[in-house]
Amino acid sequence: MSEKKDILVQVDHLKKYFGVKGIKGPGIQAVEDVSLFIKRGETLGLVGESGCGKTTLGRTILQLHPPTSGKIIYDGQPIFEGEDPWQKDESGQLVHVKTPKPTVANMLPYRRKMQIIFQDPSASLDPRMTVGEIIGEALDIHKLCANKKERTDRIKELLSRVGLNTEHANRYPHEFSGGQQQRVGIARALAVKPEFIVCDEPISALDVSIQSQVVNMLEDMQQDLGLTYLFIAHDLSVVRHISNRIGVMYLGTLVELAESYELNRNPIHPYTKTLLSAVPVPDPEVSRTRQRIVLQGDIPSPMNPPTGCRFHTRCPYATEKCKQAVPQFKEHAPGHYAACHLLG
Amino acid sequence: MEEKQKSGKLLEVKDLHVSFFTPAGEVKAVGGISYDLNYDEVMGIVGESGSGKSVEAYSIIGLLQSPGKVVGGSITLEGEDVLAKSKEEMIDLRGNKVAMIFQNPMTCLNPVYTIGNQLIEALKAHDKKVSKEEAAKRAMEMLELVGINNVEKRMKQYPHELSGGMRQRVMIAMGLICHPQLLIADEPTTALDVTIQAQILELMKDLQKKTHMGIIFITHNLGVVAEICDKVSVMYAGKMVEQGPVDDIFYKPGHPYTMGLLRSMPRVDAESYERLIPIEGTPVDMLNPPEGCPFAPRCEYAMKICLQKMPPYVELGENHRAACWLRVQEQMAKEKSGQADAKAGSQTENKEAGDHE
Repeated sequence: MSEKKDILVQVDHLKKYFGVKGIKGPGIQAVEDVSLFIKRGETLGLVGESGCGKTTLGRTILQLHPPTSGKIIYDGQPIFEGEDPWQKDESGQLVHVKTPKPTVANMLPYRRKMQIIFQDPSASLDPRMTVGEIIGEALDIHKLCANKKERTDRIKELLSRVGLNTEHANRYPHEFSGGQQQRVGIARALAVKPEFIVCDEPISALDVSIQSQVVNMLEDMQQDLGLTYLFIAHDLSVVRHISNRIGVMYLGTLVELAESYELNRNPIHPYTKTLLSAVPVPDPEVSRTRQRIVLQGDIPSPMNPPTGCRFHTRCPYATEKCKQAVPQFKEHAPGHYAACHLLG
Repeated sequence: MEEKQKSGKLLEVKDLHVSFFTPAGEVKAVGGISYDLNYDEVMGIVGESGSGKSVEAYSIIGLLQSPGKVVGGSITLEGEDVLAKSKEEMIDLRGNKVAMIFQNPMTCLNPVYTIGNQLIEALKAHDKKVSKEEAAKRAMEMLELVGINNVEKRMKQYPHELSGGMRQRVMIAMGLICHPQLLIADEPTTALDVTIQAQILELMKDLQKKTHMGIIFITHNLGVVAEICDKVSVMYAGKMVEQGPVDDIFYKPGHPYTMGLLRSMPRVDAESYERLIPIEGTPVDMLNPPEGCPFAPRCEYAMKICLQKMPPYVELGENHRAACWLRVQEQMAKEKSGQADAKAGSQTENKEAGDHE
């Protein structure tokens, strides 16, 4: 991995299991052994089908979900470290073993540095608070404003920053359109002057003509404020547009990670290839001529994931080895990581 | 399931107006749209949410709910006037001639009946004479046709036991079980993942080749349109702003809204970073639509006349038309220069004629 001080967020062997009532064992294995790093000032995109754990990964990094095990380092400081309580016994079953309590940092100072923008703007804004109160609440919690005037000035500044009118501070969320609501959500995230923002599908709930407005705004903010993004979306074309590097997830595991145009030109994991070929291209000529790989079947349940490589049940090139051994996630070309047995 | 091939006009919609009478006033959800659809043809309807694309489809199949009402225009399906039909006749028409599949298959399938039960019910509702065994056999054939394996087991399962893609396949099977001529697909792949979307699109293309039905495909995804449609109608605020063959819409768009939509989307095959060019502003408030062209407030080329009068359709090519004053201007300029040419031509002819004398 590249120079240490350039890395803002580093995640090592992160796991997140959700226990299920009435079921023995680890339950839903939403994030399974993911390691990645995010450089300061870059945008890392995360793509994958629904249920692949991309949102869970984003939220677990922020510790909105307590991680099961692994290590999260923010700006050189470990904010979570824990041993894996789920170990394989002789028969290959996962059993719970006693492990020391994980070490968790006090998150309040980190909440100022790490923020999140949610997918559904209407559901993530309190309908009984005005926009000014919603944004002001973040300022109050972190005690960022000395007096009332400073607070209102800051709220006005934030609103105009995201392209809203300063008078809008007295309105309620339902008085806005979806695109404007998302702008409020962005202003709220910006209020505490964060360094790192997890954008969890920030545009998928918006109309086509509004999506590009929000994408451009996110790009401008990154330029002006030097933000680092983890951009989660299922729309590959948008992720490719906004990201420096892209990670592809499948059923809780990271299968490939590369620089965004490299990933597009030269995908090496079979799943990335199918995912890229499945995206409809808005060009009739191209869609008539290109060959598409159509995957058979559906994504398996993370309650009971396949053994070995988790993709082997749908992979057209799967071999006996894929069914048994978990492939290593390693670097195949500079900056181009993938986990596949076929690549050696 | 080979059927004899029909050709020619399947559906004709003329100057359709649909309004919703709400306490806040009349909302003109569809304001005068016209198009026709032939057998064996897929037409895409593209537009943002609230542009009236679903309302328009609901009025064809007679599912428009109060306070919505068709207030003008005509819908003709295989030579029959749909709007003049009684309730009973409409029930007969639905399923037999027109079928519809919806965006969210979970809310459209009944959670307390098995898949088999629901498919057989759909068949029996339209064909009272069919026996139970015969109906079950046809239901299973249908499920196989839409690419579901292990049909005997699936027939006994409930919707929640199937995945999203499977449920959408069941919806398609249910829609096609009475062999309709026209299938209306209202965002059938929007709720699905891209890999599953690719499966469903392949399936629909395949089925259309086998059955020669006409399909109206409602979507906001231009990529899907490029994939499956033969022609496209672009809707904005209840008006059809542009209409044409799929190639013309993508390569020679005539309306600024269509151009804006195409430009604002990042392309998955782009070779390097290009900043997106968004359409500025917000969609129209349908309670107080602007006078004139509904897109004018957001249009970068808007002129004075755009804010005052709705532009007429201008033919831009074979079956390609757009409603925009810019195109009207261009056409007028062309006609003028054409006339001038003709004049000049006739003058020289006269001269030559004079010389001869």
